[in-house]
Amino acid sequence: MSAEFSGDAPSHEPATSHRPRGGWFLAGVRAAVGVPGLVLFASTVGFGGFAREAGLPLGLTLLMTGGIWALPSQIVLTGSIAAGSSLVAAFVAVSLSAVRLMPMTAAIMPMLRGPRTSRLRLLVLSHFVAVTAWVLAMTSLQSLPREGRAAWFAGLGLALAGASVVATGLGYWGAGELPPVLSGALVFMTPVYFLVSMSGAARSLTERLALAIGLVLTPLVGLFDTATDLLWGGLVGGTLAFLIGRVVGRAR
Amino acid sequence: MTLTFASDLGPLWPYLFIFIAGFLATEMWRWIGVLVGARLDETSPVLGWVRAVATALVAGVIAKMLLAPGGSLATTPAALRVVAAGAGLVAYLVFGRRLVVGVAAAEAVLIAGWLALDP
Repeated sequence: MSAEFSGDAPSHEPATSHRPRGGWFLAGVRAAVGVPGLVLFASTVGFGGFAREAGLPLGLTLLMTGGIWALPSQIVLTGSIAAGSSLVAAFVAVSLSAVRLMPMTAAIMPMLRGPRTSRLRLLVLSHFVAVTAWVLAMTSLQSLPREGRAAWFAGLGLALAGASVVATGLGYWGAGELPPVLSGALVFMTPVYFLVSMSGAARSLTERLALAIGLVLTPLVGLFDTATDLLWGGLVGGTLAFLIGRVVGRAR
Repeated sequence: MTLTFASDLGPLWPYLFIFIAGFLATEMWRWIGVLVGARLDETSPVLGWVRAVATALVAGVIAKMLLAPGGSLATTPAALRVVAAGAGLVAYLVFGRRLVVGVAAAEAVLIAGWLALDP
């Protein structure tokens, strides 16, 4: 099921192959090369320009991409800084935008850990959980042997993060040079890529419902409260989708 | 005293600000996710619920990015953005589920509409 996500999806590898860790790491790096990686690269270029317009210095902007590693949270933090928010207000706003990383990480851990993967290693690897790597991992991990999964994910995450830091620098450097239509088209790429790849990854009724309800419910809640709309849209929408999926599953 | 990014607290203050309001504010959720995930079995119904909530949360992020974008994209009508994204999804589903096709179709509709509205 991962074949359509990247041309060299690791599902083509024989599942019984015994590769050294370095081999799995490189396979993860290779999985980052492709459409998902390109789209992330393009949309991160957009972030570089956005941060420069907000008045952030280059070094800090690069640190934000590598250290936060979640585009929506980076945009929220940049916006907070530009608006002159207090440290506490910025922390709260960024935290709210990042709550989704908790269930995303929790959902991927049971697939990611091998028989001897230490807790510390998982804590370090969790830094790479963000939408692009998450979607790729959720669709590819199950076709990989357990002992190779952590190394594969490390390769994928490091390659995506490294390329994104370069993309941020390019966007920062080129900001103001791009015509508005082009810079807008770059920013537009992220939600479109997320939408299309999540729809492709959602195979069960529950996942499809969660996607559809989240898309509609979150902006509706946002009409009343833009600070917690993500939280409510996710919790209520996901729970609703889960319950409907269970009831329909039982009826079948 | 209110601490802001612009507060004059020495050369390291901007880095500390980003560390607290950026790194810690996001990384703490990943660490909690690792601790929660360590207790989950791959086949447990709780994991199914966690996945559903994660999916709905990401869907919410997508909706917000489409409806309330930053930069020059904010000058386009929301309806154009929604139609373009929908066109990308339809193209993806109709033309063999290829990501490139979906993204390219959405971008084409956006750019065409943008140039048509604002020549």
